[in-house]
Parts: sequence; C-alpha cells; structure tokens
Amino acid sequence: MPAPIGVLALQGDFREHRQTLAAIDVASVEVRTLADLAKCSGLIIPGGESTVMQKLAVAYDLFQPIKDALKSGLPAFGTCAGLIMLADEIVDGIPGQTGFGGLDVSVRRNAFGNQLDSFEVDLDFHGVSGPAVHAAFIRAPIVERVGENVEVLSSLADGRIVGVRQGNLMGISFHPEVTGETRIHELFVSMVRA
Amino acid sequence: MTNSSIPTSTTGTPLVKRGLAEMMKGGVIMDVVNVEQAKIAEDAGAVAVMALERVPADIRAEGGVSRMSDPDMIDQIIAAVSIPVMAKARIGHFVEAQILESLGVDYIDESEVLSPADYVHHINKWNFKVPFVCGATNLGEALRRITEGAAMIRSKGEAGTGDVSEAMKHIRTISGQIRDLSAKTEDELFVAAKELQAPFELVREIATTGKLPVTLFVAGGVATPADAALMMQLGADGVFVGSGIFKSGDPVARAKAIVKATTFYNDPAVLAEVSRGLGEAMVGINVADLPAPHRLAERGW
Repeated sequence: MPAPIGVLALQGDFREHRQTLAAIDVASVEVRTLADLAKCSGLIIPGGESTVMQKLAVAYDLFQPIKDALKSGLPAFGTCAGLIMLADEIVDGIPGQTGFGGLDVSVRRNAFGNQLDSFEVDLDFHGVSGPAVHAAFIRAPIVERVGENVEVLSSLADGRIVGVRQGNLMGISFHPEVTGETRIHELFVSMVRA
Repeated sequence: MTNSSIPTSTTGTPLVKRGLAEMMKGGVIMDVVNVEQAKIAEDAGAVAVMALERVPADIRAEGGVSRMSDPDMIDQIIAAVSIPVMAKARIGHFVEAQILESLGVDYIDESEVLSPADYVHHINKWNFKVPFVCGATNLGEALRRITEGAAMIRSKGEAGTGDVSEAMKHIRTISGQIRDLSAKTEDELFVAAKELQAPFELVREIATTGKLPVTLFVAGGVATPADAALMMQLGADGVFVGSGIFKSGDPVARAKAIVKATTFYNDPAVLAEVSRGLGEAMVGINVADLPAPHRLAERGW
C-alpha cells in the first residue's frame, strides 16, 4: 500500500481535502508534527489564512522542515492559502510574511477584493479532461508573475493565472475540495506516484 | 479590483458564503475595538477580526442601547488588516446590515450582543451578498437561522462574562440534538422537525449527515487557552473570543496562546505550555449571578 498523502492541519479546510482524497480512495494523514510529516508521500496545503498557517508552522517547528522537504522533492499541492504558502514571492502580505516557497511565482493575496467579490466560475484546467472544472474563489489570490520553468495550468477568461505547476509543486487559487471536484486531486496523486 | 470583467461568474452564492467560514476552521476570531487591537490580533494569528465599538464586557458594564459601530471605525480596521473583517448588526436590523455590506465587511454577525431591533423577526439574510453568522443556543435556533440564510453558526454562550459554562451548555445541546436526530427513523423526523420548529428537509439532511450544513463556531465566555481547547474537543470548528483577550492582563501573549491552543487542542503538553505566565485573565462574572434581563443568550427566537 502506498504511503498516505499528508494534509497540513494547522488551520483551514483540511478536513475537506481529506474527504476529497477519501472519495478517490487515497489514504491521508493530518500533519501537525515532524513525525506526521515523515509518514507522507506528498503534502497538501489547504485553504485557510496564510498568515495563520505561517505562524503556526513556525511555532511548531514545521516551517523549515517542510521547506526543506519541498526543496528535496516532496510533492506538494496548495489551494488558495496553500498557493500563497508555496509562492517564492507574496504581494500584499503582512509585514514579515513568507511561505515555504518553491514555486517561482509572485502571488497577490486577496487579489479580487473582499468577500463580496468571492465568486464561482467554470474553468479549463490543463491535465484535467471532461467537463469544465467548477471553481470557487473565496477571497482568492492570483498569480501575477510566473518564472520561465513554471507551467500555467489554468487561467480566467481575462487571462489572469489561477493554476500553476513547477516540478514537484502545484498551486491553485481556488477550492476543488469544497465543490466536490476530485480530478485535480487525482492529478496531484499521479504526481506523487509518478 | 473587482471580478466584473469575468463572464459567467457568480458572486454571493451559498457556496462562497459558507466557503469563507470553512477557511476559518481551526481558527480564532477576535473582537477588536481599534486599529491597534486589530493588528495585535492579526499578528497573533487570528483568522478574522470582529470590529466593534465596545466589547461585550463593556456593553454589560455601561448598559444602554448597543448598536452597529461607526462606519469610520470599521473602515479603519478594514484598511489596517489583511484578514477577513466581521462586524455586528442588531438582530432584525436589516438597514444596519445593508450599511455594513456597503462598507465591504467580509461577514456580518447578526448578534444578540447588541440590543435587538426586532423581537419577532431576524434579518432575511438571503437578500444579501455578504455572508452572515448568527448565534444559536440549540439546534432548532441554528436551523431557523440557516433557513433565513445564515452561512455560519456560532453557539451563543454568554458574552462578556468570561464564564464558559453557557458556551458549554450550548455546544453540548446542539451536538446532542444532532446525535438524537441521527438515531431517529425517517417517520420520526416529521415530529422532530415540528418540535425543532425547523424545515423538514433541513432536519432530514442533518439526520443523514450528522452535522450542520454550515461551520459551527463557539462564542461567549471563552477566556483561556484551556477554554478554547475544551470547545474544540467538544466538536467546535473554531472559537470567537470577545472580551477574553483585550480585557486580560497581557492581550498579546493571551491572543497567541489561544490561537495555539485552538490548533493543538488535543495535546495537553502544548496546552500546559501555552497556559503558563499569561497574567490575569479577564475578570469574570458568573452567569448564575446575572439577573435574567441581562442574559444576552436569551435574545433571538
């Protein structure tokens, strides 16, 4: 049996990610400690508040170990706040905010405005076949700059980038885990098992 | 920037309203009365702040009619932090809610902490694009609020007391009533719906799923890291801390400690560590000593 996929469980919608993995028969574990991290074959960084996740990761000595694990090839997938945590550069962060990094991109927090501007929309997503992906953007970030080795997986109709991949890392602005969409998690599982 | 340039997208849907509360799970929402407190809350790791002019402990002490905060004060807090900002409207005061929506708050709390504007009706929350959180003391009340469009529920507790016993009673009542529903046959759910004074379809959904269709936080009387962890162990998705932080001796340390306790609620060693040296907790009031007219949890119907 393959090693489970970890879901960073410091704060946010980690339960929805575990339910999405369970729906495609993939075992998962909640990651709150180094011992948890050591068990996983891949790591999902959920939606939530990126500022809170950073503080809690530092407070519980997970920040540098996760950063190191990603650098040495641990596959990771971030949604919304998770995308922010994977970005090398954060725009409109709070003073001192940094993520684990690894994706050569600039990500702007709350890029669409406040909650009144949160929205649902259908998207094409590279690597996902079949009907369009129905995506929920909730106080979502956007990718404003991509480095040359970054593959753009999905964009809004106006061209703004909402899904990227680089090597072992994938990040998206929206929340497949709250809409019942499983295909992007399947894509991540295939990255983990490749 | 708005998303108006994107065709076919829709805003203000139940999914995105409920979704924002999902993202706050495992987190702490803190009452703040000025920019300085809002920044302390954000730095400590709050997932959102509740902007209000007086925390419940002061509302209690000062008495009088308590209303929506000054828009200037709310604007300043929205400008000062990057995390979601909530603000309170009086129960049934849909114009205060319209004003708060126009200010661009991320969530409205239709709150019993303020003086009710309507002793019969709550706000029809489906009329708004901004999501609402509402208080509840039992499952029937929670379901009525969800039926009116609430996208998040918080158990009420007794705000401004620092006494966790009412919060305990309300979360235990709500989760116990959900467990009772799960044990019923479909035939029995009709009467259950009548008794809960809630729509049958919603009652049946909860009997099947064993949980509310929206996020359930706890509020009202949480004053220590141990209180927050207690509520999380009882099944809360997160906690609101009102007077408990900024009415204590060392708000910065206490705010950080409650955030950590909410994440590591199952780890007594961590809870012991974060409980050390926090200075004085807020001066509490025993709920039993409150005369009935001063019990806020009884507001809302």
